[in-house]
Amino acid sequence: MTELLGSLFILASLAFFAAGSIGLLRLPDVHARLHALTKADNLGLGLLVAGACLIGGHLLLALKLLLVWLLVMFASAIAANLIARHAMKDGEES
Amino acid sequence: MIDMDTLLLTAAVLLLVTLITGLVRALIGPSLQDRMLSIQLLGTGGVALLILLGLLLKIEALVDTALVLALLAAVAAAALTRRETPHD
Amino acid sequence: MEITLWHLLDSLLAILLLGLAWSALSGTDLKRGVVLFMAFGLLLSLIWARLRAPDLALAEAAIGAGLSGALLLLALRDREKSENKAGQPMSLLRLATVLLMLLLAASFALAYVTAVTSNTGGRLAGLAFGNLEQSGVSNPVTAVLLNFRAYDTLLELAVLLAATLGILALGSERRPFRRPGVLLGALVTWISPLLVIVAGYLLWTGAHAPGGAFQAGALLAAAIVMLRLGGMTSEQLPHQLLQGWLLAGGIAAFMLAGYLATFHDLAFLQYPAGWAGLLILLIESAAMLSIALSLGLAYLGGSPSGWDERSSRGKRS
Repeated sequence: MTELLGSLFILASLAFFAAGSIGLLRLPDVHARLHALTKADNLGLGLLVAGACLIGGHLLLALKLLLVWLLVMFASAIAANLIARHAMKDGEES
Repeated sequence: MIDMDTLLLTAAVLLLVTLITGLVRALIGPSLQDRMLSIQLLGTGGVALLILLGLLLKIEALVDTALVLALLAAVAAAALTRRETPHD
Repeated sequence: MEITLWHLLDSLLAILLLGLAWSALSGTDLKRGVVLFMAFGLLLSLIWARLRAPDLALAEAAIGAGLSGALLLLALRDREKSENKAGQPMSLLRLATVLLMLLLAASFALAYVTAVTSNTGGRLAGLAFGNLEQSGVSNPVTAVLLNFRAYDTLLELAVLLAATLGILALGSERRPFRRPGVLLGALVTWISPLLVIVAGYLLWTGAHAPGGAFQAGALLAAAIVMLRLGGMTSEQLPHQLLQGWLLAGGIAAFMLAGYLATFHDLAFLQYPAGWAGLLILLIESAAMLSIALSLGLAYLGGSPSGWDERSSRGKRS
Protein backbone atom coordinates (compact mmCIF):
# COMPACT_ATOMS: atom_id res chain seq x y z
CA MET A 1 0.00 0.00 0.00
CA THR A 2 2.72 2.45 0.95
CA GLU A 3 4.63 1.32 -2.12
CA LEU A 4 1.66 2.14 -4.33
CA LEU A 5 1.33 5.56 -2.78
CA GLY A 6 5.07 6.14 -3.13
CA SER A 7 4.92 5.20 -6.79
CA LEU A 8 2.09 7.66 -7.37
CA PHE A 9 4.12 10.41 -5.76
CA ILE A 10 7.08 9.60 -7.99
CA LEU A 11 4.96 9.63 -11.13
CA ALA A 12 3.50 12.98 -10.11
CA SER A 13 6.99 14.36 -9.55
CA LEU A 14 7.96 13.32 -13.08
CA ALA A 15 5.07 15.40 -14.40
CA PHE A 16 6.37 18.46 -12.61
CA PHE A 17 9.92 17.95 -13.81
CA ALA A 18 8.56 17.66 -17.34
CA ALA A 19 6.63 20.88 -16.85
CA GLY A 20 9.81 22.58 -15.70
CA SER A 21 11.75 21.47 -18.75
CA ILE A 22 8.98 22.44 -21.15
CA GLY A 23 8.85 25.86 -19.55
CA LEU A 24 12.60 26.07 -19.88
CA LEU A 25 12.34 25.51 -23.61
CA ARG A 26 9.32 27.56 -24.48
CA LEU A 27 9.36 30.61 -22.24
CA PRO A 28 10.66 33.80 -23.80
CA ASP A 29 13.50 35.03 -21.63
CA VAL A 30 15.77 33.96 -18.82
CA HIS A 31 13.70 35.51 -16.03
CA ALA A 32 10.62 33.56 -17.07
CA ARG A 33 12.67 30.40 -17.45
CA LEU A 34 13.92 30.81 -13.90
CA HIS A 35 10.33 30.70 -12.67
CA ALA A 36 9.67 27.47 -14.51
CA LEU A 37 12.91 25.86 -13.44
CA THR A 38 12.94 26.75 -9.77
CA LYS A 39 9.29 26.34 -8.89
CA ALA A 40 8.32 23.30 -10.94
CA ASP A 41 11.53 21.36 -10.34
CA ASN A 42 11.55 21.99 -6.60
CA LEU A 43 7.96 20.84 -6.29
CA GLY A 44 8.82 17.79 -8.36
CA LEU A 45 11.73 17.09 -6.04
CA GLY A 46 9.46 17.44 -3.02
CA LEU A 47 7.03 14.91 -4.41
CA LEU A 48 9.91 12.59 -5.25
CA VAL A 49 11.22 12.89 -1.71
CA ALA A 50 7.77 12.06 -0.37
CA GLY A 51 7.59 9.00 -2.57
CA ALA A 52 11.11 7.94 -1.65
CA CYS A 53 10.35 8.26 2.06
CA LEU A 54 7.40 5.90 1.62
CA ILE A 55 9.34 3.40 -0.45
CA GLY A 56 12.62 3.61 1.42
CA GLY A 57 11.21 2.62 4.76
CA HIS A 58 13.26 3.78 7.70
CA LEU A 59 13.25 7.01 9.62
CA LEU A 60 16.88 8.08 9.21
CA LEU A 61 16.58 7.88 5.44
CA ALA A 62 13.39 9.95 5.51
CA LEU A 63 15.06 12.61 7.65
CA LYS A 64 18.05 12.78 5.33
CA LEU A 65 15.78 13.09 2.30
CA LEU A 66 13.82 15.86 3.98
CA LEU A 67 17.05 17.71 4.75
CA VAL A 68 18.12 17.40 1.13
CA TRP A 69 14.82 18.81 -0.12
CA LEU A 70 14.87 21.75 2.30
CA LEU A 71 18.46 22.49 1.37
CA VAL A 72 17.70 22.40 -2.36
CA MET A 73 14.74 24.73 -1.88
CA PHE A 74 16.76 27.20 0.15
CA ALA A 75 19.76 27.16 -2.17
CA SER A 76 17.78 27.31 -5.41
CA ALA A 77 15.60 30.16 -4.17
CA ILE A 78 18.67 32.27 -3.51
CA ALA A 79 20.48 31.03 -6.62
CA ALA A 80 17.50 31.90 -8.84
CA ASN A 81 17.45 35.41 -7.43
CA LEU A 82 21.20 35.77 -7.89
CA ILE A 83 21.02 34.59 -11.50
CA ALA A 84 18.12 36.94 -12.21
CA ARG A 85 20.03 39.91 -10.83
CA HIS A 86 23.08 38.87 -12.80
CA ALA A 87 20.94 38.86 -15.94
CA MET A 88 19.44 42.19 -15.05
CA LYS A 89 22.82 43.81 -14.59
CA ASP A 90 23.96 42.35 -17.88
CA GLY A 91 20.93 43.88 -19.52
CA GLU A 92 21.71 47.29 -18.02
CA GLU A 93 25.30 47.22 -19.08
CA SER A 94 24.71 46.17 -22.65
CA MET B 1 1.34 -5.23 -9.93
CA ILE B 2 4.33 -3.77 -11.71
CA ASP B 3 7.44 -4.58 -9.79
CA MET B 4 9.04 -1.65 -7.97
CA ASP B 5 12.41 -1.88 -9.67
CA THR B 6 10.96 -1.55 -13.15
CA LEU B 7 8.88 1.40 -12.04
CA LEU B 8 11.89 3.16 -10.51
CA LEU B 9 14.01 2.44 -13.57
CA THR B 10 11.33 3.79 -15.89
CA ALA B 11 11.05 6.88 -13.72
CA ALA B 12 14.82 7.35 -13.88
CA VAL B 13 14.86 7.06 -17.66
CA LEU B 14 11.97 9.51 -18.02
CA LEU B 15 13.65 11.94 -15.63
CA LEU B 16 16.85 11.74 -17.64
CA VAL B 17 14.95 12.45 -20.86
CA THR B 18 13.40 15.47 -19.14
CA LEU B 19 16.82 16.70 -18.06
CA ILE B 20 18.22 16.30 -21.56
CA THR B 21 15.40 18.32 -23.09
CA GLY B 22 15.95 21.01 -20.49
CA LEU B 23 19.68 21.05 -21.18
CA VAL B 24 18.97 21.89 -24.81
CA ARG B 25 18.16 25.35 -23.54
CA ALA B 26 21.53 25.48 -21.86
CA LEU B 27 23.22 24.76 -25.15
CA ILE B 28 21.28 27.10 -27.43
CA GLY B 29 20.19 29.75 -24.94
CA PRO B 30 21.51 33.06 -26.10
CA SER B 31 22.61 34.60 -22.83
CA LEU B 32 25.18 33.47 -20.27
CA GLN B 33 22.47 33.13 -17.65
CA ASP B 34 20.73 30.53 -19.76
CA ARG B 35 23.86 28.45 -19.43
CA MET B 36 23.77 28.97 -15.67
CA LEU B 37 20.30 27.47 -15.70
CA SER B 38 21.94 24.22 -16.72
CA ILE B 39 23.73 24.08 -13.39
CA GLN B 40 20.43 24.66 -11.58
CA LEU B 41 18.68 22.05 -13.68
CA LEU B 42 21.37 19.45 -13.21
CA GLY B 43 21.57 20.33 -9.55
CA THR B 44 17.90 19.78 -8.76
CA GLY B 45 17.38 17.08 -11.37
CA GLY B 46 20.62 15.41 -10.39
CA VAL B 47 19.52 15.23 -6.77
CA ALA B 48 16.27 13.65 -7.95
CA LEU B 49 18.10 11.17 -10.14
CA LEU B 50 20.50 10.27 -7.34
CA ILE B 51 17.58 9.56 -5.00
CA LEU B 52 15.98 7.34 -7.62
CA LEU B 53 19.26 5.54 -8.25
CA GLY B 54 19.73 5.12 -4.52
CA LEU B 55 16.38 3.39 -4.23
CA LEU B 56 17.01 1.36 -7.35
CA LEU B 57 20.55 0.17 -6.64
CA LYS B 58 19.85 -0.07 -2.91
CA ILE B 59 22.84 2.12 -2.15
CA GLU B 60 21.84 4.39 0.68
CA ALA B 61 25.04 6.42 0.37
CA LEU B 62 23.60 7.98 -2.78
CA VAL B 63 21.36 10.07 -0.55
CA ASP B 64 24.54 11.45 1.05
CA THR B 65 25.78 12.12 -2.47
CA ALA B 66 22.54 13.97 -3.20
CA LEU B 67 23.17 16.13 -0.13
CA VAL B 68 26.70 16.93 -1.30
CA LEU B 69 25.43 17.68 -4.81
CA ALA B 70 22.84 20.11 -3.46
CA LEU B 71 25.49 21.91 -1.40
CA LEU B 72 27.94 22.12 -4.27
CA ALA B 73 25.27 23.40 -6.66
CA ALA B 74 24.82 26.27 -4.20
CA VAL B 75 28.56 26.94 -4.22
CA ALA B 76 28.57 26.86 -8.03
CA ALA B 77 25.69 29.34 -8.22
CA ALA B 78 27.48 31.68 -5.81
CA ALA B 79 30.72 31.46 -7.79
CA LEU B 80 28.99 32.07 -11.11
CA THR B 81 26.99 35.10 -10.08
CA ARG B 82 29.59 36.88 -8.01
CA ARG B 83 30.41 40.28 -9.35
CA GLU B 84 32.99 42.66 -8.03
CA THR B 85 30.72 45.21 -6.49
CA PRO B 86 27.88 44.30 -4.18
CA HIS B 87 24.62 44.77 -5.95
CA ASP B 88 22.09 44.36 -3.20
CA MET C 1 21.85 -9.76 -25.60
CA GLU C 2 18.48 -8.33 -24.78
CA ILE C 3 17.98 -4.59 -24.66
CA THR C 4 16.87 -3.60 -21.19
CA LEU C 5 15.91 -0.28 -19.68
CA TRP C 6 19.36 -0.14 -18.11
CA HIS C 7 20.87 0.03 -21.57
CA LEU C 8 18.56 2.90 -22.39
CA LEU C 9 19.55 4.74 -19.23
CA ASP C 10 23.24 4.18 -19.88
CA SER C 11 23.00 5.24 -23.53
CA LEU C 12 21.22 8.45 -22.57
CA LEU C 13 23.83 9.22 -19.94
CA ALA C 14 26.64 8.55 -22.41
CA ILE C 15 25.08 10.74 -25.11
CA LEU C 16 24.52 13.54 -22.62
CA LEU C 17 28.09 13.26 -21.38
CA LEU C 18 29.53 13.47 -24.88
CA GLY C 19 27.17 16.29 -25.78
CA LEU C 20 28.12 18.37 -22.75
CA ALA C 21 31.81 17.69 -23.25
CA TRP C 22 31.63 18.72 -26.90
CA SER C 23 29.68 21.88 -26.23
CA ALA C 24 31.94 22.87 -23.36
CA LEU C 25 34.98 22.68 -25.59
CA SER C 26 33.53 24.03 -28.80
CA GLY C 27 32.72 27.65 -29.29
CA THR C 28 34.91 30.56 -28.43
CA ASP C 29 33.34 32.10 -25.33
CA LEU C 30 35.40 30.90 -22.39
CA LYS C 31 32.87 31.71 -19.70
CA ARG C 32 30.25 29.65 -21.50
CA GLY C 33 32.78 26.83 -21.70
CA VAL C 34 33.43 26.98 -17.95
CA VAL C 35 29.73 26.89 -17.09
CA LEU C 36 29.20 23.87 -19.30
CA PHE C 37 32.29 22.27 -17.81
CA MET C 38 30.74 22.60 -14.36
CA ALA C 39 27.56 21.00 -15.67
CA PHE C 40 29.74 18.24 -17.10
CA GLY C 41 31.20 17.68 -13.63
CA LEU C 42 27.74 17.36 -12.12
CA LEU C 43 26.76 14.84 -14.77
CA LEU C 44 29.93 12.86 -14.21
CA SER C 45 29.03 12.57 -10.55
CA LEU C 46 25.65 11.13 -11.57
CA ILE C 47 27.40 8.63 -13.80
CA TRP C 48 29.68 7.46 -11.02
CA ALA C 49 26.57 6.92 -8.93
CA ARG C 50 25.02 4.86 -11.71
CA LEU C 51 28.21 2.78 -11.86
CA ARG C 52 27.76 1.91 -8.19
CA ALA C 53 30.71 4.01 -7.07
CA PRO C 54 29.33 6.36 -4.41
CA ASP C 55 32.79 7.28 -3.09
CA LEU C 56 33.74 8.52 -6.54
CA ALA C 57 30.38 10.25 -6.95
CA LEU C 58 30.97 12.15 -3.70
CA ALA C 59 34.47 13.18 -4.71
CA GLU C 60 33.43 14.18 -8.22
CA ALA C 61 30.53 16.28 -6.98
CA ALA C 62 32.80 18.17 -4.62
CA ILE C 63 35.89 18.55 -6.78
CA GLY C 64 34.71 18.37 -10.37
CA ALA C 65 31.59 20.45 -10.11
CA GLY C 66 32.36 22.92 -7.37
CA LEU C 67 36.08 23.45 -6.88
CA SER C 68 37.37 23.13 -10.44
CA GLY C 69 34.62 25.38 -11.73
CA ALA C 70 35.30 27.99 -9.08
CA LEU C 71 39.02 27.94 -9.89
CA LEU C 72 38.39 28.34 -13.61
CA LEU C 73 36.01 31.23 -12.99
CA LEU C 74 38.64 32.89 -10.86
CA ALA C 75 41.10 32.62 -13.73
CA LEU C 76 38.63 34.43 -15.97
CA ARG C 77 37.80 36.99 -13.34
CA ASP C 78 40.02 39.92 -14.04
CA ARG C 79 40.12 39.71 -17.78
CA GLU C 80 38.14 41.99 -20.03
CA LYS C 81 35.06 40.48 -21.56
CA SER C 82 36.62 40.71 -24.99
CA GLU C 83 39.66 38.73 -23.85
CA ASN C 84 37.62 35.72 -22.86
CA LYS C 85 37.69 34.20 -26.29
CA ALA C 86 39.41 30.90 -26.89
CA GLY C 87 42.23 30.99 -29.38
CA GLN C 88 41.93 29.01 -32.60
CA PRO C 89 44.86 26.68 -33.19
CA MET C 90 45.64 25.91 -36.81
CA SER C 91 43.63 23.22 -38.52
CA LEU C 92 46.49 20.72 -38.84
CA LEU C 93 47.05 20.80 -35.10
CA ARG C 94 43.35 20.39 -34.51
CA LEU C 95 43.21 17.40 -36.82
CA ALA C 96 46.20 15.80 -35.11
CA THR C 97 44.60 16.35 -31.70
CA VAL C 98 41.34 14.76 -32.77
CA LEU C 99 43.15 11.74 -34.19
CA LEU C 100 45.23 11.36 -31.03
CA MET C 101 42.12 11.53 -28.84
CA LEU C 102 40.38 8.90 -30.96
CA LEU C 103 43.44 6.67 -30.68
CA LEU C 104 43.51 7.10 -26.89
CA ALA C 105 39.80 6.37 -26.62
CA ALA C 106 40.18 3.23 -28.73
CA SER C 107 43.10 2.05 -26.58
CA PHE C 108 41.12 2.58 -23.39
CA ALA C 109 38.15 0.74 -24.81
CA LEU C 110 40.34 -2.16 -25.92
CA ALA C 111 42.05 -2.36 -22.54
CA TYR C 112 38.74 -2.27 -20.70
CA VAL C 113 37.12 -4.95 -22.86
CA THR C 114 40.18 -7.20 -22.54
CA ALA C 115 40.27 -6.78 -18.77
CA VAL C 116 36.62 -7.56 -18.34
CA THR C 117 36.24 -10.48 -20.73
CA SER C 118 39.44 -12.44 -20.25
CA ASN C 119 40.13 -14.53 -17.14
CA THR C 120 43.52 -13.29 -16.05
CA GLY C 121 43.75 -14.48 -12.49
CA GLY C 122 42.09 -13.16 -9.39
CA ARG C 123 40.70 -9.67 -9.19
CA LEU C 124 42.24 -7.37 -6.62
CA ALA C 125 38.79 -6.69 -5.26
CA GLY C 126 38.66 -10.28 -4.07
CA LEU C 127 41.88 -9.81 -2.12
CA ALA C 128 40.62 -6.58 -0.60
CA PHE C 129 37.30 -8.06 0.49
CA GLY C 130 39.05 -11.14 1.82
CA ASN C 131 41.23 -9.15 4.20
CA LEU C 132 38.64 -6.58 5.13
CA GLU C 133 38.15 -7.62 8.75
CA GLN C 134 41.80 -7.08 9.62
CA SER C 135 41.90 -3.66 8.02
CA GLY C 136 40.20 -1.86 10.88
CA VAL C 137 37.41 -0.40 8.76
CA SER C 138 34.49 -1.93 6.93
CA ASN C 139 34.36 0.31 3.88
CA PRO C 140 36.56 -1.47 1.31
CA VAL C 141 37.53 1.76 -0.45
CA THR C 142 38.82 3.27 2.79
CA ALA C 143 40.57 0.01 3.61
CA VAL C 144 42.43 0.07 0.31
CA LEU C 145 43.29 3.78 0.51
CA LEU C 146 44.32 3.97 4.12
CA ASN C 147 45.58 0.49 4.87
CA PHE C 148 46.40 -1.87 2.02
CA ARG C 149 47.75 0.88 -0.26
CA ALA C 150 48.52 3.44 2.41
CA TYR C 151 51.92 4.14 0.90
CA ASP C 152 50.29 5.37 -2.31
CA THR C 153 48.05 7.70 -0.35
CA LEU C 154 51.03 9.05 1.54
CA LEU C 155 52.74 9.85 -1.73
CA GLU C 156 49.57 11.47 -3.09
CA LEU C 157 49.51 13.76 -0.08
CA ALA C 158 53.14 14.61 -0.76
CA VAL C 159 52.28 15.51 -4.35
CA LEU C 160 49.47 17.73 -3.11
CA LEU C 161 51.83 19.46 -0.69
CA ALA C 162 54.35 20.02 -3.47
CA ALA C 163 51.67 21.60 -5.62
CA THR C 164 50.61 23.83 -2.75
CA LEU C 165 54.19 24.95 -2.18
CA GLY C 166 54.38 25.81 -5.85
CA ILE C 167 51.22 27.90 -5.60
CA LEU C 168 52.50 29.66 -2.50
CA ALA C 169 55.76 30.43 -4.28
CA LEU C 170 53.94 32.02 -7.22
CA GLY C 171 53.36 35.21 -5.35
CA SER C 172 50.73 36.92 -3.34
CA GLU C 173 47.10 35.88 -3.29
CA ARG C 174 44.53 37.28 -5.63
CA ARG C 175 42.60 40.26 -4.35
CA PRO C 176 39.62 39.28 -2.22
CA PHE C 177 36.02 39.95 -3.08
CA ARG C 178 34.17 42.92 -1.70
CA ARG C 179 31.34 42.76 0.81
CA PRO C 180 28.51 40.58 -0.47
CA GLY C 181 24.93 41.66 -0.84
CA VAL C 182 22.19 40.43 1.45
CA LEU C 183 21.28 37.37 -0.60
CA LEU C 184 24.75 36.06 -1.20
CA GLY C 185 25.57 36.80 2.42
CA ALA C 186 22.63 34.69 3.56
CA LEU C 187 23.66 31.86 1.26
CA VAL C 188 27.23 31.91 2.56
CA THR C 189 26.06 32.15 6.17
CA TRP C 190 23.98 29.02 5.88
CA ILE C 191 25.90 26.90 3.42
CA SER C 192 29.40 27.22 4.91
CA PRO C 193 28.54 25.69 8.31
CA LEU C 194 26.54 22.98 6.55
CA LEU C 195 29.57 22.15 4.43
CA VAL C 196 31.72 21.85 7.55
CA ILE C 197 29.17 19.62 9.29
CA VAL C 198 28.74 17.36 6.27
CA ALA C 199 32.53 17.17 5.93
CA GLY C 200 32.81 15.94 9.50
CA TYR C 201 29.98 13.49 8.86
CA LEU C 202 31.68 12.10 5.76
CA LEU C 203 34.97 11.74 7.63
CA TRP C 204 33.23 9.74 10.34
CA THR C 205 31.16 7.49 8.10
CA GLY C 206 34.11 6.90 5.79
CA ALA C 207 35.04 3.97 7.99
CA HIS C 208 31.91 1.99 7.26
CA ALA C 209 30.11 3.75 4.39
CA PRO C 210 31.17 5.77 1.36
CA GLY C 211 33.06 8.83 2.43
CA GLY C 212 36.51 9.47 3.78
CA ALA C 213 39.27 12.02 4.04
CA PHE C 214 39.38 13.17 0.42
CA GLN C 215 35.68 13.85 0.11
CA ALA C 216 35.60 15.55 3.50
CA GLY C 217 38.65 17.66 2.64
CA ALA C 218 37.11 18.72 -0.65
CA LEU C 219 33.93 19.79 1.14
CA LEU C 220 35.92 21.84 3.65
CA ALA C 221 37.74 23.45 0.74
CA ALA C 222 34.35 24.26 -0.78
CA ALA C 223 33.51 25.97 2.52
CA ILE C 224 36.67 28.06 2.17
CA VAL C 225 35.65 28.94 -1.41
CA MET C 226 32.20 29.90 -0.18
CA LEU C 227 33.60 32.10 2.58
CA ARG C 228 35.96 33.68 0.10
CA LEU C 229 33.08 34.48 -2.22
CA GLY C 230 31.41 36.03 0.80
CA GLY C 231 34.25 38.45 1.17
CA MET C 232 36.58 36.69 3.58
CA THR C 233 40.07 38.16 3.63
CA SER C 234 43.20 36.28 4.54
CA GLU C 235 43.41 38.00 7.91
CA GLN C 236 40.55 35.75 8.91
CA LEU C 237 42.49 32.60 8.10
CA PRO C 238 44.43 30.87 10.87
CA HIS C 239 47.87 32.14 11.80
CA GLN C 240 50.62 31.41 9.29
CA LEU C 241 52.41 28.97 11.56
CA LEU C 242 49.24 27.02 12.21
CA GLN C 243 48.54 26.91 8.49
CA GLY C 244 51.97 25.43 7.91
CA TRP C 245 51.31 22.74 10.48
CA LEU C 246 47.90 21.97 9.01
CA LEU C 247 49.35 21.65 5.52
CA ALA C 248 52.01 19.22 6.64
CA GLY C 249 49.77 17.48 9.17
CA GLY C 250 48.45 14.77 6.88
CA ILE C 251 51.88 13.61 5.87
CA ALA C 252 53.12 13.96 9.44
CA ALA C 253 50.32 11.76 10.76
CA PHE C 254 51.08 9.14 8.16
CA MET C 255 54.79 9.16 8.94
CA LEU C 256 54.13 8.98 12.68
CA ALA C 257 51.83 6.02 12.26
CA GLY C 258 54.30 4.40 9.92
CA TYR C 259 57.24 4.75 12.27
CA LEU C 260 55.09 3.74 15.24
CA ALA C 261 54.79 0.39 13.52
CA THR C 262 58.55 -0.01 13.15
CA PHE C 263 58.99 0.35 16.91
CA HIS C 264 56.96 -2.82 17.28
CA ASP C 265 59.11 -4.79 14.85
CA LEU C 266 56.62 -4.37 12.02
CA ALA C 267 57.18 -2.93 8.58
CA PHE C 268 56.71 0.77 7.88
CA LEU C 269 52.97 1.54 7.79
CA GLN C 270 52.05 -1.95 8.92
CA TYR C 271 49.56 -0.98 11.58
CA PRO C 272 49.74 -2.99 14.81
CA ALA C 273 46.87 -5.41 15.28
CA GLY C 274 43.83 -3.83 16.88
CA TRP C 275 45.14 -0.29 16.34
CA ALA C 276 44.31 -0.03 12.67
CA GLY C 277 40.87 1.52 13.06
CA LEU C 278 42.00 4.26 15.43
CA LEU C 279 45.14 5.03 13.45
CA ILE C 280 43.15 5.28 10.23
CA LEU C 281 40.73 7.72 11.84
CA LEU C 282 43.55 9.93 13.14
CA ILE C 283 45.39 9.88 9.83
CA GLU C 284 42.20 10.67 7.94
CA SER C 285 41.42 13.62 10.21
CA ALA C 286 44.84 15.14 9.68
CA ALA C 287 44.71 14.41 5.95
CA MET C 288 41.28 16.04 5.67
CA LEU C 289 42.62 19.29 7.12
CA SER C 290 45.70 19.21 4.89
CA ILE C 291 43.66 18.62 1.76
CA ALA C 292 41.17 21.31 2.70
CA LEU C 293 43.81 23.93 3.32
CA SER C 294 45.76 22.97 0.19
CA LEU C 295 42.73 23.36 -2.04
CA GLY C 296 41.68 26.50 -0.17
CA LEU C 297 45.08 28.12 -0.69
CA ALA C 298 44.88 27.13 -4.36
CA TYR C 299 41.64 29.08 -4.54
CA LEU C 300 43.26 32.04 -2.83
CA GLY C 301 45.82 31.90 -5.61
CA GLY C 302 49.04 32.50 -3.75
CA SER C 303 50.44 33.10 -0.33
CA PRO C 304 48.00 34.97 1.90
CA SER C 305 48.81 38.64 2.24
CA GLY C 306 49.63 38.47 5.91
CA TRP C 307 52.57 36.15 5.42
CA ASP C 308 56.28 36.94 5.69
CA GLU C 309 57.63 39.44 3.21
CA ARG C 310 60.07 37.00 1.71
CA SER C 311 57.28 34.63 0.77
CA SER C 312 55.30 37.16 -1.20
CA ARG C 313 57.11 38.26 -4.29
CA GLY C 314 55.38 40.52 -6.70
CA LYS C 315 51.89 41.57 -5.73
CA ARG C 316 49.15 40.70 -8.17
CA SER C 317 46.85 43.52 -9.11
